[in-house]
Amino acid sequence: MRPRSLVPLLYIIFLFLPIYWLVAMSFKTTNEILGGFSLFPQQWTFDNYLTIFTDPTWYWGYINSIIYVSMNTVISLAAALPAAYAFSRFSFLGDKHLFFWLFTNRMAPAAVFALPFFQLYSAVGLFDTHLAVALAHCLFNIPLAVWILEGFMSGVPKELDETAYVDGYSFPRFFVTVFIPTIKAGVGVAAFFCFMFSWVELLLAKTLTAVEAKPIAAVMTRTASSAGYELGLLAAAGVLTIIPGAIVIYFVRNYIAKGFALGRV
Amino acid sequence: MSLELRNVTKKVGGETHIYETSISFDVGGFNILLGATNAGKSTLIKLMAGLEKPSSGEVWVDGDNVTGVSPQKRNIALVHQFFVNYPHMTVFENIASPLRVQGIAKSEVEARVEEAANILQLGPMLKRRPQELSGGQQQRTALARAIVKKSKAIFLDEPLANLDYKLREELREQLPALLSGRGTVVIYATSEPTEALLLGGRTALVYEGRITQMGGTTEIYRTPSNLTSARVFSDPPINLAPVTKRGDRVFLGEHLSWTVFEKAAALPDGSYTVGIRPHFVTPTEPLDRSVALRGRVQITELSGSESIAHFAIGEQTWVSLATGIHAYRVGEEHEFHMIPGQCFYFAENGELAAKGRDHV
Repeated sequence: MRPRSLVPLLYIIFLFLPIYWLVAMSFKTTNEILGGFSLFPQQWTFDNYLTIFTDPTWYWGYINSIIYVSMNTVISLAAALPAAYAFSRFSFLGDKHLFFWLFTNRMAPAAVFALPFFQLYSAVGLFDTHLAVALAHCLFNIPLAVWILEGFMSGVPKELDETAYVDGYSFPRFFVTVFIPTIKAGVGVAAFFCFMFSWVELLLAKTLTAVEAKPIAAVMTRTASSAGYELGLLAAAGVLTIIPGAIVIYFVRNYIAKGFALGRV
Repeated sequence: MSLELRNVTKKVGGETHIYETSISFDVGGFNILLGATNAGKSTLIKLMAGLEKPSSGEVWVDGDNVTGVSPQKRNIALVHQFFVNYPHMTVFENIASPLRVQGIAKSEVEARVEEAANILQLGPMLKRRPQELSGGQQQRTALARAIVKKSKAIFLDEPLANLDYKLREELREQLPALLSGRGTVVIYATSEPTEALLLGGRTALVYEGRITQMGGTTEIYRTPSNLTSARVFSDPPINLAPVTKRGDRVFLGEHLSWTVFEKAAALPDGSYTVGIRPHFVTPTEPLDRSVALRGRVQITELSGSESIAHFAIGEQTWVSLATGIHAYRVGEEHEFHMIPGQCFYFAENGELAAKGRDHV
């Protein structure tokens, strides 16, 4: 092995160390974790995973998260597709300013919006519903999706639209049956980022839910405080939290490469 | 079928893209829009296709005012310069798509797609996707999609510009036969004068948002009605130089002069602009009566079996086009021969005053 390839190898080991540690911990008992340093689990245990899959407060955390993340992804794309089309195809008064302003929503920390959202949703009876979190996450996911999709859409020549109209396609039919399939890579990338950002967002999700729509991240923090040191259980929950993201990224990895080529990811 | 623009203008922002234009096109032969890039050919096509609305004026098809009618309802076809196909559909689905949108029965769709594909030699490609085809095949797919529906008008916006030389020639030969006898108005935009001459038909010359002349392609090539038309319809560019006419002699600069006859001789004395096409300025002495020009060769090009030389006489730059390969030395003086009988004389307002061969 040439010494040159040692550098990336060391870097990859460095990156994987915390993930490895998490996975190793999830198969240890809490006593062993607290007992001292061990590279591999001395006593393999699947109890941690068993608890998560059998205890409703645990597995409902995952289900809740998946529900609002999916809702958010659908809503974000449904809103961002027409918006991105408008930005890429038409010029209108203040279009560039609006495009930039959309983006500034991403720049404010979520904590800024937590209080107004909490009050607003409590007032209209949306508090502790999946829809509440899904809508709140739209605040930063729609601008992101618009930005990604606009890049992909601008890569499609306007002549495609014109050809379709001349061929007799109505606008909605063209948009759904020709245009969206043409930029499906962009839709995939946008969906992935919406999914990821919604999945990892904790503050809004925690603030806007209590029992019914409680996300997994909130379940994890509460367990840590009430039941003492259940570190093995927490590690198992952490591993299960990484898995959906890993699965999604596997499916869109080629599209993301395309997105990078377009300079939009 | 007929297609007509009546007093159409197009302004975008404060800029005028098309000045007031009235023009009509008929079935039979090619209707060519010839002009440089950005002259307004594509805008004219978009106005006729309904993809853009005129700022004023009307568009008429078959005696109906269709100005406000959307392109979907105009029953037209369009082929772009870039190979525009639906990337996620197979070639078959691409060609079938205008028929599918119309809701035509499946068996008829299949028969008509097959017919169009056979005409354009796309039979073996039907199951592939456009990206898997060569440029020529992609453009043939676009052409097949244009002819598969029985449209009132077919617009071809520089359809061959992005193809390589060989494919362009091949497809250009096939096009007239392909599009004639379909009862549709064929409008073909090109920036190449040579292409217009090869396709024949009728030509409208477009220059900076105006149509400067319209008529049979060869007629307007032979008789450009003004300076602009002469410039637009010449490749390499037409030679233009200021001359003075006194009696039956025309003087170019101090040393050159020649006798004019008939209509040119009858012109009142004064200043004119003489125009002569590059192929009437040759390095060898022609059989016709000619005038010798001495100029310093600046640039030479070979184009196929033709030689092009740009040379300077004083401040004036001239272009010579001759068949055969001629060895010019750049920077050296060379003698060229101009045929005065082939000159155009333009009056000071730019209108054609007389042609040198009016006496022939």
